[in-house]
Amino acid sequence: MTQTSISPLPAAPSRGLALRTESLSKRYGARTVLNNAQLEIQSGQFVAIVGRSGCGKSTLLRLVAGLEPASGGRLYIGGAPSSGLREDTRIMFQDPRLLPWKRVLDNVALGLPPEQRAAAGRVLEQVGLAERLQDWPARLSGGQRQRVALARALVHQPQLLLLDEPLGALDALTRIEMHGLIENLWLRHGFTALLVTHDVQEALALADRVVLVEDGAIALDVAVDLPRPRHRGDPRFAALEEHILNRVLQRPPREDTPPQPTASDWPGTPAHGLRWAI
Amino acid sequence: MRASHPPQDTLLPADTVEVPGFGLLPLAPFALPGFGQGSVLGGWLVRALRQLLLALLPWLLPLTLLGLWQLSSAMGWLSSRVLPAPLDVAAAAWRLSASGELWVHVKVSSARALTGLAIGGGMGLLLGLLTGSLRLFETLLDSTVQMVRNIPALAMIPLVILWFGIDESAKLFLIAVSVFFPIYLNTFHGIRSVDPGLIEMARSYGLRGWQLHRQVILPGALSSILVGLRFSLGLMWVILIVAETISAQAGIGYLTMNAREFLQTDVVLVGILLYAALGKLADWLARTLERSWLRWHPGYQAAH
Repeated sequence: MTQTSISPLPAAPSRGLALRTESLSKRYGARTVLNNAQLEIQSGQFVAIVGRSGCGKSTLLRLVAGLEPASGGRLYIGGAPSSGLREDTRIMFQDPRLLPWKRVLDNVALGLPPEQRAAAGRVLEQVGLAERLQDWPARLSGGQRQRVALARALVHQPQLLLLDEPLGALDALTRIEMHGLIENLWLRHGFTALLVTHDVQEALALADRVVLVEDGAIALDVAVDLPRPRHRGDPRFAALEEHILNRVLQRPPREDTPPQPTASDWPGTPAHGLRWAI
Repeated sequence: MRASHPPQDTLLPADTVEVPGFGLLPLAPFALPGFGQGSVLGGWLVRALRQLLLALLPWLLPLTLLGLWQLSSAMGWLSSRVLPAPLDVAAAAWRLSASGELWVHVKVSSARALTGLAIGGGMGLLLGLLTGSLRLFETLLDSTVQMVRNIPALAMIPLVILWFGIDESAKLFLIAVSVFFPIYLNTFHGIRSVDPGLIEMARSYGLRGWQLHRQVILPGALSSILVGLRFSLGLMWVILIVAETISAQAGIGYLTMNAREFLQTDVVLVGILLYAALGKLADWLARTLERSWLRWHPGYQAAH
């Protein structure tokens, strides 16, 4: 990947990274969360993964992001085998995960070399937060925090952007606004996008393809051939939504949900209630 | 107590004052002849007096006690060997500070306390960082630290005198040992309670090693570390008092022990009040640090 500083709007669209998984699997102990997942995404495509909670869709995203090692199978990003964290891939989590002790601008500039700090301000402008550069994250609304998180991901000019239910905690109106924002930024920057969501409407509003994951495997792959920007009132939109929802509802939900193994990032276990001083 | 507050000050009768807990009290003792209720100047004066009275109310009890104390000393009910009169204490403080003696002792004591804090606190911070971040060091050190922690520092005085004699290093050792544990434990706990989601995010955004510690882990642990610091500051003065009364050639402890030898109870009291003032000063400094370092934290933001 070539590191160039972000140019002012409109950015020259850089092609995104292609993605391919070959029988990718993930097991936690005896439990298989992801079973031989086969997925191929072309460069610059926007793909949404839907499914019930606990179906393995978030695990698939975490494997692609390199946050966790796969138990089996292979992952190719940009045509080459990939494992671990990558410079050209950025992930946006369900919670914004902003550092509360850094102001908005410094949160976006996290991990940027000092000479590229100016880019942080420009990207914040693109997400409509030019006025809030010097605010503490605690003073922002939920939607604004996710926009800061989006800016933080985009400032690195990722060629693959992974979105792990980033709008799950927002209210309906803010979500619709965010859909438009994400779509615009994707069209402008040209990265490959992989969105995990449980909301079929959201998937149809944004994605070129909707992939359904069921019991750790890919059960359905639908191309969404609707003109952008998409309208929820469009009968083709409604027909697609019904088709996918019917397919999702065919099966009863799985009882257990996989753990969110963020604790594995810790060298040790948390110490509970340890605050004695004398 | 009235059920509801009057909507405006002007509804209060001009010769009463509203005292929390008592409702309206008459201001009769403060009524001045010549200022009628109708006059603007009179109304202003009454309001100003009411404000003054309210501001003075919390000081009423301590000032009364002080007055009684002074009175009983002056009347000879209270021997100056038991408790010197407040004015004598003030005079002693003035005398000592005018001669410069007081400041010499304050300087020696503060230097001792701060050196001990720097040594013990610094080691606590370093070791807490090590055990908090690396599993190996936690396994290696933590159970030992937990064991040693339960030994009161003052119980080690006989041993400390044998090791270091009665000079400066013994005092520094005692202070350093006692401030070590609060800072160590709170640093360790603070690091372990940093949100793992933030650490995962920072790693995926390319932060490693020292950068990860400086930008994510340390700021996340900071509020906890400052709690440890405040505990340590309290302990620091307690241990200093004991250490200085063992034996010293200078310092507030020396000042008071020396004064005791000569039955100068007023100087003893000056020493005790000095400890109180220094302790308060240290706590104020720690709070100021909290307010400036944790100003992002909604719980520490000053109202504005």
